[in-house]
Amino acid sequence: MSKYYVNKFLFTVDRDPDYLKRYIEDPKSFVATWEQSIGPKLNDAERSTVHSLTDAERQALIDHDYVALFEMGAHFFLNLTMYIGIYDEPYLAKSGPLSFQREFAAKLQHWRDKDYPSVET
Amino acid sequence: MAQLVATLASTHHPFYLKATTMPPEQQMPQAPKWKRKIEAYRETLARTKPDILVMIGSDHFHQIFLDNCPQFLIGKAPRYDATFYNEEREFGIPKYVLEGDEEMSRFMHQHLMDQNFDFAFSNELKIDHSIICPIITVRPQNDLPVVPIYTNIFAPPLHSPKRFYELGRAIRKAIDDFPSDKRVAAIGTGHLSLELGGPRQFMETGPDPDFDRQAIEWLRAGDIDSILANVNHETMAKSGNATHGFLNFILMLGVAGPEGADYVDNLDLFHTMEAYFTWYPKEQAA
Ligand SMILES: [Fe+2]
Repeated sequence: MSKYYVNKFLFTVDRDPDYLKRYIEDPKSFVATWEQSIGPKLNDAERSTVHSLTDAERQALIDHDYVALFEMGAHFFLNLTMYIGIYDEPYLAKSGPLSFQREFAAKLQHWRDKDYPSVET
Repeated sequence: MAQLVATLASTHHPFYLKATTMPPEQQMPQAPKWKRKIEAYRETLARTKPDILVMIGSDHFHQIFLDNCPQFLIGKAPRYDATFYNEEREFGIPKYVLEGDEEMSRFMHQHLMDQNFDFAFSNELKIDHSIICPIITVRPQNDLPVVPIYTNIFAPPLHSPKRFYELGRAIRKAIDDFPSDKRVAAIGTGHLSLELGGPRQFMETGPDPDFDRQAIEWLRAGDIDSILANVNHETMAKSGNATHGFLNFILMLGVAGPEGADYVDNLDLFHTMEAYFTWYPKEQAA
């Protein structure tokens, strides 16, 4: 498991309008591209060989499955802001302000009185 | 020596600007009240006529990430760009450029190192909404140079409440010792109880209204002993997964010193308690 790498995915995609658009339009092929050429970048010149996604992490990212990502210990802020970036507008148009945020919370109710998965990396 | 003229500690709410500037018929019912409270709070800074702002905030994974993550960092640059693409997208906060004060940054960095705080530094720091929110609320004309300081309240392990308080005390000392006739205000933002990306997010109130009430009373009284006796990482997590932003309030109480606040206000918003505190140094209160 690589919480760090999942977080790196969320961090690099949320901050970049072009990556975000590709992740919305075709998550499966974008995640593959990310693993091949975006994730390994240490900087513009150097590549890192250290991290990789597990099958479960890859699937959760492809499925926009923020519940699974929460349960894997992805950072709560990155996990929220990433999927707000994708779903806030369509939910707003359909069901009003904060409807996506409330659905997000509702799907996590089984964690309500428990210790949440650690986000420490 | 420089003179600390005010210490401000408040929550930062990235939706304030949007909430109070959208067409009135679309605004939430509390928007006018929120705006009045912010404008009253702004006046607590304006009346002290500051020349420089020392601003304490926390990057939300905008420039700083887990590949290189400092606990405490000071900006040392002639200017600071502000607001990242995803903040504009999510919150509608525009771009800013803040003037820096390299001389004061350099002095404070050395002074804090001499006080055993191993500060990281940045000569090219882009500021995020933790520092732009208070510019929007308490100094919207953005006419003063800033010394930005970032704390890690986000990526565990985090420093203890006591360490945050001691850092506040050290920042105060560094301001007091800065050889200048400038008037300095210290402004920091954080959170009371807050949940983000978890089951208690965006409820009618913050995730722990009891903590919010208690925290406001502690800060009103300047009661650092009660804070340190009752607040730790476990209690903060129980109050909401992003409640660690309260550490910045503890830091600001360190800047002010263990004194009662001179101005306290708060506002219960839909998913969070807003709170606004100002301390004036006692030796000038008269
Ligand atoms: Fe924040």
